[in-house]
Amino acid sequence: MYRYNQQDQAGVDARVAEFRDQTARYLAGSLSADEFRHLRLRNGLYVQRFAPMLRVSIPYGLLSSKQMRMLAHIARKYDKGYGHFTTRQNIQYNWPKLETVPDILADLATVEMHAIQTSGNCIRNITSDPLAGAARDELVDPRPYCELTRHWATFHPEFNWLPRKFKLAFSATTSDRAATRVHDIGIHIVRNAAGELGYEVYVGGGLGRTPIIGQKIRDFLPEADLLSYCEAILRIYNLLGRRDNIYKARIKILVKEMGLAAFAEQVEAEWQRIKDGPLKLQAGQLEAMKAHFGSFHYDASAAADQSYAQRLERDSAFAAWTKRNLQPHRVDGYHLVFLSLKARGVAPGDVDAAQMDAIADLADRYSFGELRATHNQNLVLADVRQQDLYPLWQELVRLNLATPNIGLLTDVICCPGLDFCSLSNASSIAVAEEIFDRFESLDYQHDIGEIKLNMSGCMNGCGHHSVGHIGVLGVDKKGEEWYQITLGGSSGNDASLGDRTGPSVERAHIADAIQTLVETYLELRLNEDESFLDCYRRVGMPAYKRRLYPEAA
Amino acid sequence: MSLLLDRLGQRIPDLYPEWTEPGTPPPGQPRLLTLERFMEEGAPAAAAVLLPNTANVLSLPASVLACPLLVLDYPAFADGRAYSQARLLSRNGRYSGELRARGGAVVYDQLRMLKICCFTQFLLRADQDDEACSLLLSSTATR
Repeated sequence: MYRYNQQDQAGVDARVAEFRDQTARYLAGSLSADEFRHLRLRNGLYVQRFAPMLRVSIPYGLLSSKQMRMLAHIARKYDKGYGHFTTRQNIQYNWPKLETVPDILADLATVEMHAIQTSGNCIRNITSDPLAGAARDELVDPRPYCELTRHWATFHPEFNWLPRKFKLAFSATTSDRAATRVHDIGIHIVRNAAGELGYEVYVGGGLGRTPIIGQKIRDFLPEADLLSYCEAILRIYNLLGRRDNIYKARIKILVKEMGLAAFAEQVEAEWQRIKDGPLKLQAGQLEAMKAHFGSFHYDASAAADQSYAQRLERDSAFAAWTKRNLQPHRVDGYHLVFLSLKARGVAPGDVDAAQMDAIADLADRYSFGELRATHNQNLVLADVRQQDLYPLWQELVRLNLATPNIGLLTDVICCPGLDFCSLSNASSIAVAEEIFDRFESLDYQHDIGEIKLNMSGCMNGCGHHSVGHIGVLGVDKKGEEWYQITLGGSSGNDASLGDRTGPSVERAHIADAIQTLVETYLELRLNEDESFLDCYRRVGMPAYKRRLYPEAA
Repeated sequence: MSLLLDRLGQRIPDLYPEWTEPGTPPPGQPRLLTLERFMEEGAPAAAAVLLPNTANVLSLPASVLACPLLVLDYPAFADGRAYSQARLLSRNGRYSGELRARGGAVVYDQLRMLKICCFTQFLLRADQDDEACSLLLSSTATR
């Protein structure tokens, strides 16, 4: 993975000192609360319902075991012993004390981590495919491109005070696992007809109150022009994005109001002026960055192992786990392993400090000392030999990280909800738990197959409800929790926004409603190969609506 | 009274007081005019121009680019439009006079970014610690 050079380290250390000074000035009363708010947000610090919340950056979700141990240390020393992995591959702590945050940041800096630009109206953490570098279906490893972009975006002096937050995501496969189309800029690394590498660029996607699927602004951008093109987009957005209304300030609204063609024209004009300047990637630059990634020495005899097949035959629980929680690796004899953070009775995405330490040990033992956080709020050990899968699985079972539900109904994406967030209308974690109880039978879940259930506690959409195959959104009705349901959303390459089923459902009936929708699907599907999403797209809303609201029929 | 600093953090006099009174000042007297007024008065010599942060700096007339001083405005602490205006103006020597930042963002916590984005003068917001700002500017390298 990428390691900081002296300049990177100096920049992060200086930022810690700067934030320590800002915090001291705020506490002494010489920095106003409003200005401190802007400054602390740019260091990942929110003030939430009960306590501050600190969001730590995990660039494109990649962590070393050493970093994971530091995250455990922070959970223990400064928080209540756990952390929450987010949909943008970061980790959040829900209980730090404001006064101790500079110390947390100083601790993070010792392992090349920080919370810079994890919130505020600036360029946020760059996200990507959590299987990058190991996936069988990828064109190239997107991480060197992400890291170059991260370098460009971090401390960018011109883009620290944008109209609104700005998120970029990269994908280099035909099965988008990074939700790129719901990002402000989504970048697909592609090859053109001439065999050259470059990018398909999408702009103006986003969730929140006005969810919009990003539109393609460029079919093919040459490989060397990545940063200059992003800079041109950001500059036009910084100058022209709306600042009069926070709900209309994202780039998606600018693109919508100007129209894609007019927006693209301005970007193109600016890009032409800067594309041959200092931002143009030099061949050596990209090669040097690529050398930081994926240089593991894979065991050439891994595929010759016989024990894995025997274990599969003898242990059905192990076999069930391998069926759900593994993905094929580009190297024969290796597998990508998902650690499910969606166990019964655990808030989706939560990991405690003891688990973190244990996961770090497992990464060292079985996966070259690295791990990844996923957009779906799980973790991945990306390079596990097949002969190691059984002992790894046994350890994961003991750690409660082996629920074989990846991609199934209980693998929900969920925001922290009312339990932590001051914006939320819904106890999303409690609802997730109820759904877990309802669909606990794994056989039933396997029968239902691939399905994405995404849940947000409010319109801001942190739980990505708009792109869930089933989306659930908490709404407030005269102080009561109600839930609006959408169907048919997707954040994959075929990205789409879900359609509302109709009137919202009260708290007591939300689990019933989801069960009804699932049962309807099971009745309607052509066969077991037709997924929930495909089936919905084929039959449309009326059939589901009739079942969900029988009284209206 | 707001303090005006140069790139090295040295205090400098404001040679272009803002002319807000009706009527025309004596010819040749240095003053700061809004873009609108500058154009109305036919681009008077010895005038500096205050640009709103909504101005398209790529379509400014040559007379504006020939001014000895352009002032960019930060109406609020968190409104960063003028950063991009400054970049566009200073790029490739398009504008080579003095570039001044003024307003709600000209504060200790943004001076470094302002300097990197090519501002040459900083009219500190009135509540700022002059000495700390001066020291910060003197120790900030630009890239």
